[in-house]
Amino acid sequence: MTGYILRRIAIAIPTLLLLIVVSFLLMHAAPGGPFTQERQLPAQVLANLNAKYGLDDPLWRQIINYVWGIVAHFDFGPSFVYPDRTVNQIIAAGFPVTLTYGSIAFVVAVAVGVSGVAAAIRHNTWLDYLAVGTSIGAQVLPNFVMAPILVLIFTLWLGWLPGGGWGGPIYWIMPTVALSTSFMASIARIMRSSMLEVLGSNHIRTARAKGLPERAVILRHALKPALLPVISYLGPAFVTMITGSVVIDMYFSTGGIGRSFVDSALNRDYAVMMGITILVGALTILFSLVVDVLYAWIDPKIRY
Amino acid sequence: MNGITIWSEMFTMWNRETHFMKKLILTTALIGALAAPAFAAQPTEGEKLAEKQELNFWILDALKTLDPGKNTDREGSDALRQLFEGLMNEDVTGAVVPGVAESYEVSEDQKTYTFKLRDAKWSNGDPVTANDFVYAWRRVADPATASEYAWFMELMNVANATEVTKGEKKPEELGIKAIDDKTVEVTLIAPTPYFLKTLAHPATFPVPQKVIEAEGDNWTQAGKLVSNGAYKLDQHDLGVQAVMSRNENYWDNEHTVLNMVRFVTVNDQNIGLTRYLAGEIDWMDRTPAGQFPRLLQEYPDQAISVPDACSYAYLFNMSDKGPESLKDIRVRQALSYAVDRDIIVDKVLQGGQRPAYWWTHWAVEGFQQPDIEMAGWTQAERVEKAKALLAEAGYGPDNPLKLTIQYNTSDDHKKLAVAVQQFWKQIGVQVELANYEWKVHTDRLQNQDFEVARYAWCADYNEASTFLDYFRTGGYNNGKWSNAEYDKLLEEAKTAADTGPLYKKAEEVLIGDMAMVPVYHYAKPMMVKADLRGWPKENVMNDWYAKDMYRVAQ
Repeated sequence: MTGYILRRIAIAIPTLLLLIVVSFLLMHAAPGGPFTQERQLPAQVLANLNAKYGLDDPLWRQIINYVWGIVAHFDFGPSFVYPDRTVNQIIAAGFPVTLTYGSIAFVVAVAVGVSGVAAAIRHNTWLDYLAVGTSIGAQVLPNFVMAPILVLIFTLWLGWLPGGGWGGPIYWIMPTVALSTSFMASIARIMRSSMLEVLGSNHIRTARAKGLPERAVILRHALKPALLPVISYLGPAFVTMITGSVVIDMYFSTGGIGRSFVDSALNRDYAVMMGITILVGALTILFSLVVDVLYAWIDPKIRY
Repeated sequence: MNGITIWSEMFTMWNRETHFMKKLILTTALIGALAAPAFAAQPTEGEKLAEKQELNFWILDALKTLDPGKNTDREGSDALRQLFEGLMNEDVTGAVVPGVAESYEVSEDQKTYTFKLRDAKWSNGDPVTANDFVYAWRRVADPATASEYAWFMELMNVANATEVTKGEKKPEELGIKAIDDKTVEVTLIAPTPYFLKTLAHPATFPVPQKVIEAEGDNWTQAGKLVSNGAYKLDQHDLGVQAVMSRNENYWDNEHTVLNMVRFVTVNDQNIGLTRYLAGEIDWMDRTPAGQFPRLLQEYPDQAISVPDACSYAYLFNMSDKGPESLKDIRVRQALSYAVDRDIIVDKVLQGGQRPAYWWTHWAVEGFQQPDIEMAGWTQAERVEKAKALLAEAGYGPDNPLKLTIQYNTSDDHKKLAVAVQQFWKQIGVQVELANYEWKVHTDRLQNQDFEVARYAWCADYNEASTFLDYFRTGGYNNGKWSNAEYDKLLEEAKTAADTGPLYKKAEEVLIGDMAMVPVYHYAKPMMVKADLRGWPKENVMNDWYAKDMYRVAQ
């Protein structure tokens, strides 16, 4: 197992490098640059800016300088659009925000979603219909619809929660709710259908034939295999949640990196965009590894 | 400095009248020197102040920078005017009033300004000196700073600004000098009628040299930032909020009433409005599109639309890369006549905007309304003329004119483009719409890679030349329209005593040749809490100073 993990980490390095090079080239291929603006800059000022940020070097040198900065100094460069801040500072300020509401939303989504098991057990009863109905409802109600509704109800009408901003737990509630619902619904539906499938399989029939109580059948024999598809969904979902959602950041003014990511692409803020791409890429690689390790732990048939 | 000195006793009230007098003094080429009471919050008799003196101001995006030398956008300027103070401020009508400068003198040739500074202090207690301005201006022009606003020093006509920005001369050669601790001397390359107005712009604000040298790019962070304005920075969370509190060291602190100013970022205007209605925001200066008529009805004491110095237009590409059809003035006229501006303003925008038949915003100070023929016609007459002109130019049902309108991604621009498509269809023009993301749109404009494109221009200072300069040969002028008479008029205006008629004539030349389709003049449909006083209703630049505001008890 240790060997396997080390091997995966070794593969992660060229994967990340490839990610950097491809994103870098794609980004520079997009028309316009960080300093393209309505009020066209005088040629000299533009040249000064490009010189300051090293944008006048050939692309291959820019990539090498960039990667070297990360490897040697863990320096992701300056932001071109927020001149007071470095990319490290922007991520250090925004990532804890999305990590907080993302993790809570994740826990809530998993806790509620896994209860989709109940729907499978009471297949074709009112509980099942209610669960399926609710989860479809939650999935078709996207967060950009839900966010304004939440603000309207809890800020304007009831006056219970602040309509946006970032601070103590009171600011976490609406972002968490808005972010978790669609994930919750997906998890519940995956959980339900996979549980139904497992409940129809041979080893469950055998367990029941042995006369095991239903509780033991579910918990000892059905739950673990039924979790496998959910876990492969949870890995990428967790990364998506903790790296933030542009909708949540936009509507609740949380200051997370979800918004910075989209802004950086629109603003051609090359360094910020690269920094967040690398962060998301690295987390994705890490959590797909975690998922694989969990698989081996749950399913005795899988051995690396 | 020789000259007649006129002191403040002459001006007991600082209003439009004195502003006019000051202009008179300058334009009659007397050597002016001036000291006047500064502007401050002035509750009128009988007004009872509210207990809580706070202002929560909505902004759409994160504040990109709090460095006066690097800021490029309006929201940033709004924040910087609270934190820093330049030589001049603006009052509620937009007239320049003394800021850090207590008085100034102008030389006979109008090319040298000498400013006397008052005893002002930075928020850390250090005195504000002439050198703080010298350092700040050099820093903006210095290529090493790579300020996106370096061009502003050129616009101001500061001596050697161009050469310094190009790296041909040292920053020390820029036309600003500290005569002593309290005297700044600025040398211009030409008499510049709008020079004093530019001094209220954040690019000209002083910055604390010691702090910048010690902290580098981090100097604008809360806790490090040292400011000389009425407020100091307590907290700044990118994309969330910037919180400012009263600067006890500000020279006019005793007249400041608001204790706290908070800039709240809400990226979604509808949520911003909800939060305004919930009481979390006190001032929202752009209500969501289409909502204003309803707000005006439901909240007549809070909804108000004020003129905003920007103009919206469709540019024609008249460069070599543009379509042949647009080089024909009859086609350009037809396209302009066919646009029903009343529908755009009354039915689409609904926020107090005004139809535009010329380029300069109608509310710009001193602007004389040009005589434009089409402004007097009815829309039916315009459409009729448009049809005739197109036929004359050789377009008809068998040979329809085909054009592409390019605009940048935004619901509002899309609505307008669709409307214009319909207006032009009426006269037999086939229009395709092309939507590009902002940076791509701008890039295509600057490379003359378009046929007809949506464009808008906002004033840098409150004078017509900021608009008219755009269409000068060699100006930004993305459509590459060029006219010798127009250029000559603007050149004359630079040194003219009375610029009004020249700008008026220039507009008439511009629209006479239909260099673009003027569409509408901006307004800001806003929501302001009824108890907030002292905000500028009549300043078309919409520059505001929290130090001049207060909230009354209700």
